[in-house]
Amino acid sequence: MRLNPKPDLIEHLPRLRRYARALTGDVVRADDLVQDTLERALARLDLWQPGSDLRAWLFTLMHNLFVNQLRTRRPQDTALDEAMDIPVSGGQMEALAARDMHAALVRLPDEQREVILLVGLEQFSYAEAAQVLGVPVGTIMSRLARARERMRHMLAGAPAVQLKVVK
Amino acid sequence: MTDPVREDDLHAYVDSALPEARRLDVEAWLAAHPEDAARVQTWTGQNQALHAAFDGVLNEPLPIDLVRAARRRPVRAPWRAMAATLALAASGLIGYGIGLSEDQPLPVPLHFARDAAIAHAVFSPEARHPVEVDAAHAAHLVSWLSKRVGTQLKAPEFGALGFELLGGRLLAGESGPVAQFMYQDAGGRRVTLYVRRAVTGNRETAFRHVTENGVEVFYWIDRDFGYALSGQIAHPDMQKLADAAYRQLMGG
Repeated sequence: MRLNPKPDLIEHLPRLRRYARALTGDVVRADDLVQDTLERALARLDLWQPGSDLRAWLFTLMHNLFVNQLRTRRPQDTALDEAMDIPVSGGQMEALAARDMHAALVRLPDEQREVILLVGLEQFSYAEAAQVLGVPVGTIMSRLARARERMRHMLAGAPAVQLKVVK
Repeated sequence: MTDPVREDDLHAYVDSALPEARRLDVEAWLAAHPEDAARVQTWTGQNQALHAAFDGVLNEPLPIDLVRAARRRPVRAPWRAMAATLALAASGLIGYGIGLSEDQPLPVPLHFARDAAIAHAVFSPEARHPVEVDAAHAAHLVSWLSKRVGTQLKAPEFGALGFELLGGRLLAGESGPVAQFMYQDAGGRRVTLYVRRAVTGNRETAFRHVTENGVEVFYWIDRDFGYALSGQIAHPDMQKLADAAYRQLMGG
């Protein structure tokens, strides 16, 4: 008989939404992903060990759902189009920078985008990010390095995508 | 003899993940290697740009569907467990910045204390961007939040108790904007002061205390405004901070 009270998931909602928004680049898709994550979390709450990091566990569930979605979805160029359509009122540098960031993120490979967001935005340690994504820390480091360099070229205006050598 | 600085060290430097000694090694390296220093600067800028682009999501009112999903309990649970979890849900954290009245409506002051506890739990762990405006711009911070919340606010001083103002941020609340001031001591412990316009028809409350999911909340409502000081630190320390806040805010 479990006497532990079930943890409340509400306090994790704002951060799950922030990550999902950045990951998918789309408000509706992001909240759908959060909703699926919550449903799965509640269905499996008995598997979560009280005392362990609930936040990392929730992000792990979200990662698994996200990967499953990618497998079943067609190649998505919709998110890119939407990212490019974010309205920018004239002269607002912040909005412009945010739009650049959205567009750059969407162009990153999914596995690199996850790492740069978990580490750079959500402030997970490398070990925690490795746990969330189910890969070794070394893989986190190499993906992070690639993501940051790729983004550096994109945000500097260099056509990183076209630099790929195509024979 | 120190190890040569590698690519991984540069990233760990950007992410504040290095032990102090190693961090100093990397700083010395960067001083001598301007190309690496430029890359490190760019990567740091990327982290800041990510926060600038997406931190706004943290302040958005939560969609009601998500709040419901977060509080739904598995239907297969035995009836007694269901009853227990329903009771827990009724006393659970409700609504972050939204006017949600599912299950039993909570007495307003308790609802207010819960919102404050949630806002504390959401923002106090943020290592790099706990606040929107930092304490270096304290005067601007206070006048900005005062204008948005609609009253002349004051950020209490906790220096005598070892806590310094870190900064503040504006949140969305059901009855309008909410100001959150954050304080930190030398050990990195944080407390937040949450101020918002009280729901109309609200009675004043005396100085009260409640514990919400491990967060100590001291709160009171004075005419049009509610104040709550939240922290995950020992009760006697919280009590001292709360007494100081109450004295300073209500005293004059």
